[in-house]
Amino acid sequence: MKAAPFLWTALGLVGATLARFAVADAAPGGMFGATLGATLALAAIAVLALFLAMVGFARGEGWFARLATPALFGFLLLWLWEMLVIGFAVPFVLLPPPSAIARAFGAHLALLTQDFAQTYLHAVIAGYALGCGAGFLVALAIDRSPFLKRGFLPMGNMISAMPIVGIAPIMVMWFGFEWPSKAAVVVVMTFFPMLVNTTAGLAEAGAIERDLMQSYAARYGATLLKLRLPAALPHIFTALKLNSTLALIGAVVAEFFGTPILGMGFRISTEAAKMNLDLVWATITVAALAGSLSFGALALLERAVTFWHPSFRGSS
Amino acid sequence: MTEVALLQPVMRDDLVIPEAVVSARDVSLVFDAGGQRVTALSGVDLTIAAGAFVSLIGPSGCGKTTFLRAIADLERPSSGQLLVNGMTPAEARRRRAYGYVFQAPALYPWRNVARNVMLPLEIMGLPRAERRARAARYLGLVGLGDFARKFPWQLSGGMQQRVSIARALAFEPKLLLMDEPFGALDEITRDGLNLHLHELWRRTGMTVVFVTHSIPEAVFLSTRIVVMSARPGRVVEIIENDLPATRDLDLRETSAFLAVAHRVREALRAGHSYD
Repeated sequence: MKAAPFLWTALGLVGATLARFAVADAAPGGMFGATLGATLALAAIAVLALFLAMVGFARGEGWFARLATPALFGFLLLWLWEMLVIGFAVPFVLLPPPSAIARAFGAHLALLTQDFAQTYLHAVIAGYALGCGAGFLVALAIDRSPFLKRGFLPMGNMISAMPIVGIAPIMVMWFGFEWPSKAAVVVVMTFFPMLVNTTAGLAEAGAIERDLMQSYAARYGATLLKLRLPAALPHIFTALKLNSTLALIGAVVAEFFGTPILGMGFRISTEAAKMNLDLVWATITVAALAGSLSFGALALLERAVTFWHPSFRGSS
Repeated sequence: MTEVALLQPVMRDDLVIPEAVVSARDVSLVFDAGGQRVTALSGVDLTIAAGAFVSLIGPSGCGKTTFLRAIADLERPSSGQLLVNGMTPAEARRRRAYGYVFQAPALYPWRNVARNVMLPLEIMGLPRAERRARAARYLGLVGLGDFARKFPWQLSGGMQQRVSIARALAFEPKLLLMDEPFGALDEITRDGLNLHLHELWRRTGMTVVFVTHSIPEAVFLSTRIVVMSARPGRVVEIIENDLPATRDLDLRETSAFLAVAHRVREALRAGHSYD
C-alpha cells in the first residue's frame, strides 16, 4: 500500500487535535472568540487531510484498507460532534461532547459493568435463548400439525405487530423486580419473529428437492434434517439477527417500568432524571457496542453457516 | 397398441412376468386443478422389460412426465393398474426400486459434490466407508472424480446434471427414471451426455425410462420409443428401435437412424402433435 494515505491520516489527526484545543480556548465565548481564525484554519486542514486519507484507503486492497475508511469516517463524525458542541457552547444537558462521555465511561466503569451484567448477561441472553428456542420448536410443531398452523400463525403474525414492551409492568407483577421479569419481556418479543421466520423457512425447500427425498422414501426426520432445516437457515438467521436487536431494546425499555437499583434501562432513566447526561450517554454507548457486536457476531456466523447461499457465494 | 406386449390381466402379484419392470394397464390420471378436472393420462397400456431403454416422447402436456412420476409414486393414478417390479409403485418406492433424475439437478447447495452423491446412501443407512467408496466410484463413472470437493454452484449445468446422475446411480437401482435430464443443456453438452448415458446403460444393464422432447435423443438412446399425444395424454404408438446396440454420434447421419426418426415423426403427426 502507498504511504500517502497514512501521511494524510497523521496530518488529519494532528490538525483535528490542535483544532480541538483551539476551539476549547475560544470557549465559552464560542467560536467567535479570539482564536476563531486559527480554529477554522486547523479544522479545514484536518477535514481536508482526513478526506484525502479516506479516499486513498478506499482505493486500497486488504482488510486494513477496508477497515480504515469507515474508522476514519467514524472519527470524523465524533470530532465534528465535539467541535460543534464546544464551539457553539451547546448546554451539557442537551448534548454532552464525546470527550465528556468518554470521561464518564472511564469514571463509572465498575457501575457500567454491573449494569451490563444485569441487563445483557442475564435478561437479554436468557430471554433471547428461551424466546428464539421456543419460537423454533413451536415452528417445528406447527409444521407437523395443520391444526396448529391454522390457529397459531395468524395469531403469531398479529402479536408480532404489537408493541410488546407494553407488557413489561405485567411481567414485573408476575415475575418480580429482578431480571427474570425483563427476560420474560424479551422471550415474548423474540418468540414470534422466530416462529414466523422459521415457518417461512421450512416452506423454502423446492418441489424437486422434496420429490427427491420422497423418491428415497426418506422419513419426515431425515427430510427435515437433510433438506428443510438447511434450506430454512437463511430465514432463521434473519430472525436471530432481528431478535438480537429486539432483545436489547426489550430488556432496556422493560427496566423503565420497575427494577432493582441496577441495569442499563434503570441507569438511563434515573441518571437522565438527575441531569447526569454524560452517564446516560455512556450507558447508551455500552448498549450500542453490545448490540452491534452481537449483531456482527451473528452476521459472521451466518456467513460461515450459509456460505452456500447465493448472497454469500464466492465472497469468502 | 399394436406392438405392445400386453400383459394378461394381473390379479395377484406373483402372476406378473418377472421380467416386466413396469407394467401399466389402462392407467388414467386426472388432476383436480382448482375445481377443473384435467385428464393427464388416459388408458395407458405399457410394459417395460428388464434391461430395456425406453423413451417417452411427445408434445408438452402429453403426460409423459406424469407417467414417469406415477411409476415413481410421486403421482397416484386415478384408475387402472400400475405395477413396478410386480409391486404397487408405493411399495416399490419404499423398497427403493428406482433412481430418479429430475429436469433440474436438484443438488443441495450446502453439500459438496461427493456429499450430494452420498445423500441417498445416508438416508438408506449405508456405512460410512461404503458411502465414500460408492461416491468415488460413481463420480468417476460420470467423469467427475476430480470435482468431489467442489460445491454444486461451482460447476457448469452439464456437470451438475452428471452429479445428479451419479447420485441416482450410487444406490445401484435396477431401474433409472429420467425426466428430460438434458433438456436445459446446450446441444454440444447434450450430445456428450447422451454418449455417456448410452455407455452407462450398456455397461450396467439396468432398465431406463427416459422422458424427452428430442427425437434424435430418443432414437439415439432407446431400444424402444413410446410416442404419446396430448389432451388427453395417451400412447399413440410404440416403435421398436433396432439400431445396433453399440452407438456413437456418427450413427445419427445414417439412413437407418433417419428412418427410425422419420417413423417417430410420423407417429407424432398421427397423434396431432403438430396441429
